[in-house]
Amino acid sequence: MTALYTLTDLSKRYTRGRESITIFEELNMTIEQGEFIAIMGPSGSGKTTLLNLLGGIDRPSTGSVECEGVRVDKLSEGNLARWRSANVGFIFQFYNLMETLSAAQNVELPLLLTNLPAKERKRRVRTALEIVGIEDRAGHRPAQLSGGQQQRVGIARAIVADPKVLLADEPTGDLDRSTADEVLETLQLLNKEMNKTIVMVTHDPAAAGYASKELHLDKGRFVAKENA
Amino acid sequence: MNRLTLVRKNLFRKKTRSTLMLLSIAIAFLLYGALGAFNQFWEDPPQAPTRLVTLNKINFTQPLPYAYYNRLQSVDGIVAASHANWFGGYFREPTNVVTTFAVEPESWFTVYPEFDMPADQRARFISDRTCMAAGAPIAEQYGWSVGDRIPLQSNIFTRADGAEAWQLEVCAIYTSTADTAGAGAVLLHYELFRETASFGGNSLGWFVLLTEDAALNESVSRGIDDMFANSSAETETSTEAAFNQAFLEQFGDIATILSLVIGAAFVSILIIVGTTMVLSITERTKEIGVLKTLGFRNNAVFGMVLAESVFLSLLGGLIGLGLAAGLLAGAEAGLGDAFPPIVMTVEIIGSAIALMLVFGLITGLIPAASALRLKIIDAFSKG
Repeated sequence: MTALYTLTDLSKRYTRGRESITIFEELNMTIEQGEFIAIMGPSGSGKTTLLNLLGGIDRPSTGSVECEGVRVDKLSEGNLARWRSANVGFIFQFYNLMETLSAAQNVELPLLLTNLPAKERKRRVRTALEIVGIEDRAGHRPAQLSGGQQQRVGIARAIVADPKVLLADEPTGDLDRSTADEVLETLQLLNKEMNKTIVMVTHDPAAAGYASKELHLDKGRFVAKENA
Repeated sequence: MNRLTLVRKNLFRKKTRSTLMLLSIAIAFLLYGALGAFNQFWEDPPQAPTRLVTLNKINFTQPLPYAYYNRLQSVDGIVAASHANWFGGYFREPTNVVTTFAVEPESWFTVYPEFDMPADQRARFISDRTCMAAGAPIAEQYGWSVGDRIPLQSNIFTRADGAEAWQLEVCAIYTSTADTAGAGAVLLHYELFRETASFGGNSLGWFVLLTEDAALNESVSRGIDDMFANSSAETETSTEAAFNQAFLEQFGDIATILSLVIGAAFVSILIIVGTTMVLSITERTKEIGVLKTLGFRNNAVFGMVLAESVFLSLLGGLIGLGLAAGLLAGAEAGLGDAFPPIVMTVEIIGSAIALMLVFGLITGLIPAASALRLKIIDAFSKG
């Protein structure tokens, strides 16, 4: 396996009023290509902050975030946006779909940033919807879909531009057990069949069980636990 | 789908709100188009370049001695002259206002060569003092035809013989080949007016003069006014355009009033639409955060929000201009007897479209700037 991400001496501090809050202090971490990592930990432990740093939507206070040789933390806003669109797919707890767009149009959104012709965009959207098993709902709006279906659309949107890594923040936090299992099986499939690297933040030990590796974040340190 | 689809979908996500915003903008541009057309007409009324008008220096309603007419014609640079009196006419009811001038027919058609009618009608009108010539719009308005006898009354003058009305035969119906103020008026013989009116018949209302060349207008005007300086009835001679404007301004400083109305409407609607746009974008904070997370750059998001407001402004504005065009067309019949049609010129339409763009940019600038500055982290924590 080759390293996809290398986090070196990563620190993140927030200032709230006069108080300075430290989330991590000199955190070091490597994420290999093709891993499916579940990050767990108590509330406020910085799981989502770590995910944001990996996705380039937040910057570290000190230290570096390197992805395939690119210093993500050093990229300008414009280059960071371009890097995100090419390399990272985001899956949110509450799906964050555009309510005015159909499922297919939501999935197509990241492709609007490419130079692909409309026909090719449509083909890729159809493929992504087929992978997550929701192609029959392509024309439906989010309000016409169940939570599980909306999350599948969210996953299709995350994979449509064929990114290397998927970052999922509590992807099953708003779903019932059975729907959550379906969504997690889809993620597992994407990891195993399409070799997508997945970093998932979750509170749910059952969800974490789908990952190949669990990391427990506590007091700014990771405790690794390999899953079978 | 493309980015414009996204703009359009966002714009109409709340149909009631979008419709109300469109309506507000449409009303603003309805006012701009319709009142702008009136304003332009007020500021730049139709004119002939070599036509001058001489009236009493005190004001439009004060008469001038008949003797001035002969003296005027001897002024160098004048090739034709005629005169007119305001009759204050109405048809059957005082509310049926008929713009009527008592004129010397032959010379009147010399100074207004654009007035056109069949030769036999023209000859009949000139030769018969009991005839009147009606502009086509007023004839159409009241359903008059050549040969009809019309009882015309005045809200200023009475007949010396005690009769209520002047019974006149419609001998000619004329049109104008140019946009001329007064092209729809009723004309009656000055001689008939002079002989039958109980007062006012020995004086004239104003003179209309044709000069050899527009370059002579100023010297001719000065020559005339100098000729009658220090007399009991001093004159003021000006171009036809200035005269028409002065005539219209007796109703008040219409141009200023119209400008103020348009300005007030625009500022009010700008504030309303701007506030609504800000609220609309604030509601979508999380969605903007999602777009940025997916890789949409700050400038792209800025452009899309700005495009929304420009698109809204253009759409509402064009609807407003369409309504204004309809309104002006509808008003044409009512206003057509004395003045040529008041229409939206290319300049008004062009300036309206430019204003729509500026309006859209101004109302979109604050929400677009907010979207531009929005950090992804903040979008998710606020949303």
